[in-house]
Amino acid sequence: MKESPIGTSSSGMLEGQKLQGMVVRRVEKELYEVFIGPQHPGSGHMRIIVRLDGDVIVEADPDIGYVHRTMEKLSEVREWLKPIPLLERMTIIDACNITVPYVNALEKLMDKSPPPRASYLRVLLCEINRVASHLYGFGIFGVFLGHSTMYMWAFGDREVFVELAEVLTGARLTHSYPIPGGVRRDMPQDFPEMARRAVRYMRGRLEEYRRIFVDNPVIVKRLEGVGVISRNKAAELGIVGPNVRASGIRYDVRLAEPYEVYDELDFEIPVFEEGDALARTWVRVEEIKQSLSIIEQAVDWLERHKGEPIIPKEDYDKLPKLHKEVYEKTGRVKLLPVHATMKIPAGKAIARGEMGRGEIIYYVESDGGTTPYRVRVVTPSARNAIVFKYIVPGHRLMDLPAIYGSIDYFPPEADR
Amino acid sequence: MKPEELLELLKHALGGLAKEVTVRKGYVEVLVDADSVVPVANKLKELGFDHVKSVTATDYPKESKIRVTYHVSSYLREDLAKPILGLSVDLPRDNPVMESLTGVWRSSELQEREVYEFFGVTFRGHPDLRPLLLIPELAERRVLRKDFVVKEESIYEGVPHRYQ
Repeated sequence: MKESPIGTSSSGMLEGQKLQGMVVRRVEKELYEVFIGPQHPGSGHMRIIVRLDGDVIVEADPDIGYVHRTMEKLSEVREWLKPIPLLERMTIIDACNITVPYVNALEKLMDKSPPPRASYLRVLLCEINRVASHLYGFGIFGVFLGHSTMYMWAFGDREVFVELAEVLTGARLTHSYPIPGGVRRDMPQDFPEMARRAVRYMRGRLEEYRRIFVDNPVIVKRLEGVGVISRNKAAELGIVGPNVRASGIRYDVRLAEPYEVYDELDFEIPVFEEGDALARTWVRVEEIKQSLSIIEQAVDWLERHKGEPIIPKEDYDKLPKLHKEVYEKTGRVKLLPVHATMKIPAGKAIARGEMGRGEIIYYVESDGGTTPYRVRVVTPSARNAIVFKYIVPGHRLMDLPAIYGSIDYFPPEADR
Repeated sequence: MKPEELLELLKHALGGLAKEVTVRKGYVEVLVDADSVVPVANKLKELGFDHVKSVTATDYPKESKIRVTYHVSSYLREDLAKPILGLSVDLPRDNPVMESLTGVWRSSELQEREVYEFFGVTFRGHPDLRPLLLIPELAERRVLRKDFVVKEESIYEGVPHRYQ
């Protein structure tokens, strides 16, 4: 096609020439450049710059960082305990899963381990978080695909688990539950019944989800064969969580390096071979079932072991009389000011955990002082962001929301 | 795989290329020269370490160095999925330049960009080296280096005098 006169006049400017507030640069002919975001295109602020030939994406550039909150730098200037409530703000819906590995890293440096009851309580909250996180993911996915029923249902049912967490910890979302050596609160007496009821309810709901969403022919058409990540590609890109398990890789931190009491529990790691958006959706459905089973096992264990300590004996012995009374009567651990200024022996440690969206890894270095020397955190979404660059090209623009939703990308978590 | 077996495996595969091998809490750290980082990475990949979990940089102003560590592990070899290996390089603080490992491990691409913006480490051969999370003006200040000090503000700091 010949260049139209209108085209010439509008591109008559030299490359790199500055207009007020913008830079003029040449774009390849016949290619559209579409800026999607950053005003909340999905589950947070991020931008994907896609170049289109017709409606086929030829290039995609994930432009992230709009919700960067300097977690790593701030962790260096806060005493050891303070990053716990800071870091969980990366993913408030998955707050226990995101802080347990940080606490585990501190425990490795301090050579401290929590009593079994504390570990079971952590696992219990982690699994409640995982169900809530997957339901949040389903809700956002529903919005992406224009399936508003799924959005309403998933967000409504997520509330069941958010309230469960509230009864256990006192906070709906940012629980700040684990502390080095234990947890902050014991389980209320009527909690096991509430948990079992929530599990029964959710099992029934999953069947309805299957009928209205996962087996819905419209949804299946949108997801099947879309965003296929082969086994080798998944390993090459280093993606994590349900996304890597949907590509036939059997990797889950709870299996590879069991932390807390995951090696004492009976559960399966769902793995699918197809690697497409539909398989990633199914992995999450199956994982919710496994988490529900873990919740049941954990409350059973906790009921059988009533009255066991939730902090190590050496920590309990140091408490003054009033703090001991509060601990014994209400099951709450009141921390002493000395905790805020504690020192941790010098060393380097790595700890990892499996969040709802995948593996989180912490590198914590101590120089023996009252604050960390360095905290490096890599969240699951930070590692999944690379999918936009290498998997999205070649798809139609309408497939982009399906892929975005199926990898359950969450910008505040990716940007840290 | 136990740490001792991993050490044996590494000794066998890397020979004299590793300057120092240390068992840390949760990972095994292998320190190499900046020149030999690409051949060592290739050897590790041949062993089965197929993805990068974290590219971690730490600033040591007293020793005037920046240590960049690639924490790698395996997806495809299940017996290597448990150990984490830290491949470390010490770079001079005033001119930190090293070869990019994106050619070996594609999964390090975005994280190398992070190390570039936060520490000013230049990765030669990186396909797209530009800031990832920060705006360029802030990235130029290399905010995760130790000499960038976080200033604590008081509540009324910056509030016009007439309101105080």
